[in-house]
Amino acid sequence: MIDVKNINKSFADKQILHDVSINFRQGEINLLIGASGSGKSVLTKCIIGLHEVDSGSVEYDGRDFTNLDFKGRKEIRKEIGMLFQGSALFDSLTVEENVRFPLEMYSNQSNEEIEERINFCLKRVNLENVNHLYPAELSGGMQKRVGIARAIALNPKYLFCDEPNSGLDPQTGIVIDNLIQEITQEYNMTTIVVTHDMNSVMETGDNISFIYKGRKWWEGNKHEILKTDNKELCEFVYSSKIMQKFRSL
Amino acid sequence: MLSTFHHIGKYFLLVGRTFKKPDNFKLIRKQIILEMLSLGIGSLGLIAIISLFMGAVVTLQTASNMNNPLLPGYLIGYATRESFILEMAPTVMSLILAGKIGSNIASEIGAMRVTEQIDALEIMGVNSASYLIFPKIVAALVFIPIIVIYSMFLGSFGGFIVAMFNEGMTIEDYVTGLRYDFRIFSIIYAMVKTLFFAFVITTIPSYHGYYTRGGALEIGKSSTKSVVYTSIVILIINYVLTQLLLL
Repeated sequence: MIDVKNINKSFADKQILHDVSINFRQGEINLLIGASGSGKSVLTKCIIGLHEVDSGSVEYDGRDFTNLDFKGRKEIRKEIGMLFQGSALFDSLTVEENVRFPLEMYSNQSNEEIEERINFCLKRVNLENVNHLYPAELSGGMQKRVGIARAIALNPKYLFCDEPNSGLDPQTGIVIDNLIQEITQEYNMTTIVVTHDMNSVMETGDNISFIYKGRKWWEGNKHEILKTDNKELCEFVYSSKIMQKFRSL
Repeated sequence: MLSTFHHIGKYFLLVGRTFKKPDNFKLIRKQIILEMLSLGIGSLGLIAIISLFMGAVVTLQTASNMNNPLLPGYLIGYATRESFILEMAPTVMSLILAGKIGSNIASEIGAMRVTEQIDALEIMGVNSASYLIFPKIVAALVFIPIIVIYSMFLGSFGGFIVAMFNEGMTIEDYVTGLRYDFRIFSIIYAMVKTLFFAFVITTIPSYHGYYTRGGALEIGKSSTKSVVYTSIVILIINYVLTQLLLL
């Protein structure tokens, strides 16, 4: 479980996050939705410590991350896996070396055990016979799957996904969403997905937080979002004609 | 002015982070070997061509300015050797390496920054500065002095080739000049300078790459800025060290 309490964050004179408090639940997909520039990415970066918060706290299963030093944070970060929007695979390393990287860096496993774990992770994301290819030789969907394999290599307790299906066709996007859902349940992880893709919201939204102008504007699940009368949320969710039609059914 | 101090402060903080204890020595050792191959071996061809031709040109220019019969012939070899050991090999080659290696480092790290690869390292709990920059510094500190010595030999050899084919010179005079009044301190002075330059050639471009924001255009700008600042710093260090060590 990740508990975000009263976070405020400014850049120069501009306040980006205003007193945001959210509880991200274990074993569920927690979605952060909102329009571009609403503060979702800044909030995520504050949670994982890539940005320092001005005030407020972030607790990982009761451990106050914001007040920890580099060493303390490092221990928690070993329990975090992250899938980036652009996959962020190390382009000078092969697929196998990308998945191997966190294992070699932190685990005391033998080479055979590492090899076994790499093959297990790649198989889990339905990738085979790509071990020796470089990221540039893979399709966008395959890159995302390698990103997931790398993220789960160390058996993380927390998984962050930044727009996991951006740049993918709808079919591949659903495959990635399903994969994240399966992995979350399988390993009982606390998963946070930043998205503005309504397909993802309807497929996987167990716990949805809508961020509007740097504030948490609404909270609920995929069933409640269909019945909401929150004006700003409706404008965001039902901005397309298909969604408007869907609502009128 | 304030911005200059801000950048200098940020640069030293980054250098400080670079020298923190690495997370995994085995991975760092592997990176150092890879960096030596890419930064060092990859520069040998270019340095060989430049050194040979510069040695030849320095010899020709010295010879053309020494047509006075009262001046001994061996002075041409002596001048070529001194100019290569004291200035051409350590300083000029370092400026060339600042262009070749420096732009490479800035664009490599800059691309890693804009494609979130550095963020990925940070989230894994890896000290990205140490993992990315430290191996480059070690590789440069080991390999650039070797490149500079290699350049000294090739520059002198370039002059030797000129002496072989030029009517106004003899090989004996040139070789005598190369050996005349040789002081080991000149080599020490050149190596001290080179170590400072090697540090600057890796850290300044790393700084520019590490703090790149934006996209492809900014990577290009970082690369250019890193070459400009590295060259300026090399020239300043060259002046200061010469003042301190030779006078």
